Amino acid sequence: MGVVADAWTWLSTGSNWSGESGAWHRLGEHVYVSGVALLLACAIALPIALWLGHLGKGGALAVNISNAGRAIPVFAVLALFMLTPLRSAGYLPTIIALVLFAVPPLLTNAYVGMREVDRAVVEAARGMGMSGGQLFLRVELPLAHPLLMTGLRTAAVQVVATATIASMVGQGGLGRIITAGFNTYNTPQVVAGALLAALLALLVEGALVAADRLLDPRRKTARSVSSAASVKSLSSVKSV
Amino acid sequence: MSTEQAAQSCLAANDWICGEYLRTRSQELTDATVQHIWITVVSVLIGLAVAFPLALLARAKPKFAGPVLGLTTLLYTIPSLAMFSLLLPVFGLSAALVVTGLVLYSLTILVRNIMAGLDAVPEEAREAARGMGYGSGRLLWEVELPLALPTLMAGLRIATVSTIALTTVGALVGKGGLGNLIDDGVQTTFKAQVLAASVLCVLLAAVADLLLLGAQRLLTPWTRIRTAKGTG
Repeated sequence: MGVVADAWTWLSTGSNWSGESGAWHRLGEHVYVSGVALLLACAIALPIALWLGHLGKGGALAVNISNAGRAIPVFAVLALFMLTPLRSAGYLPTIIALVLFAVPPLLTNAYVGMREVDRAVVEAARGMGMSGGQLFLRVELPLAHPLLMTGLRTAAVQVVATATIASMVGQGGLGRIITAGFNTYNTPQVVAGALLAALLALLVEGALVAADRLLDPRRKTARSVSSAASVKSLSSVKSV
Repeated sequence: MSTEQAAQSCLAANDWICGEYLRTRSQELTDATVQHIWITVVSVLIGLAVAFPLALLARAKPKFAGPVLGLTTLLYTIPSLAMFSLLLPVFGLSAALVVTGLVLYSLTILVRNIMAGLDAVPEEAREAARGMGYGSGRLLWEVELPLALPTLMAGLRIATVSTIALTTVGALVGKGGLGNLIDDGVQTTFKAQVLAASVLCVLLAAVADLLLLGAQRLLTPWTRIRTAKGTG
């Protein structure tokens, strides 16, 4: 296909990678914005979800937030932000939008993960005299790990994907290469930008799958459990 | 007369909420909504038509299950802006491009839910039907599918609602339904238009979700009878 060859030519041309609108700068923006948003989302969602899960309260809230999250178009939210004073606040509109879209999968998966811990195991741990804190750290958190990581993966991929939409309202990131190509009728550049964005999303997914395997506290025995978790992940959904 | 002036000044003042905008541009809003609905409906229907045989194949031949689930999940990872752009050389600036992208995304959710639904059918129900002389086709249509329907419909609701949200990104190629109005509104900083189109988009998702929930209740009357007995 000619277009792919042209896109490759675009990608292998050094001048397309340098400068303010070059691929390196856009990649840097993309990673920076996604990273900050993901950290903020974790800092907001995980303490709340783990605490509520530990107490066993607020289940309806956790599920409903996730349901509402998928109905809201990212593009519309970003567009609304760009018509407020936020537009002159640098990357802030994108970061806020990304946090909004990363919180639901993190919250829901962490909460459900905590609640799905076998009650008999929790009771046994209590019977052994574990305090609430010990129970949380030594029993509930390790057992909730597979779903927690599923939520983190969903959120991270969603954030990287959403960050491309930011370009449609003039914010930075890899999507800018695509929209700039559209504005100049430069199809090879559009395809090259799309390849870069897709590759980054796949890399993030791959890296997190690898991290998941390495970090799993019960990695020898937990395969069957995490395959059950991956079927559960159908409740976590793309909204980008 | 004075209300007329007040209403007109809301367009001039670029207010977020503006009755005059809704009145003068109702045709534009209707057209965009209609485009949004048909793109969503066509995408979800094609998605179902593709997902169903894929799920049956993955179930009948377990060696296909891994690749089918893996491939659809992989597609799901690709950012929508990138997906639409990668399909651009194939379809050009057309609605077919947006529909194809949306179909590819819906597959992940639909295939998984159809498989999960069929997997959850109790083995006793299958055995009973086989014992009554049901062939595999009749077993699928009259026993397995109805029992899988709640899970299948849950997947359909998720797929539909997220497709409605994703359709807006089609504004990139001018086929985004309400997304087109949002796109125009951002370029011209037209607040009333961006807000109205965004709200309509969310409303559309809510209405679609309720309609599908209603359809599910109509199609699975036995689930209500059972819960009514259980609670009463």
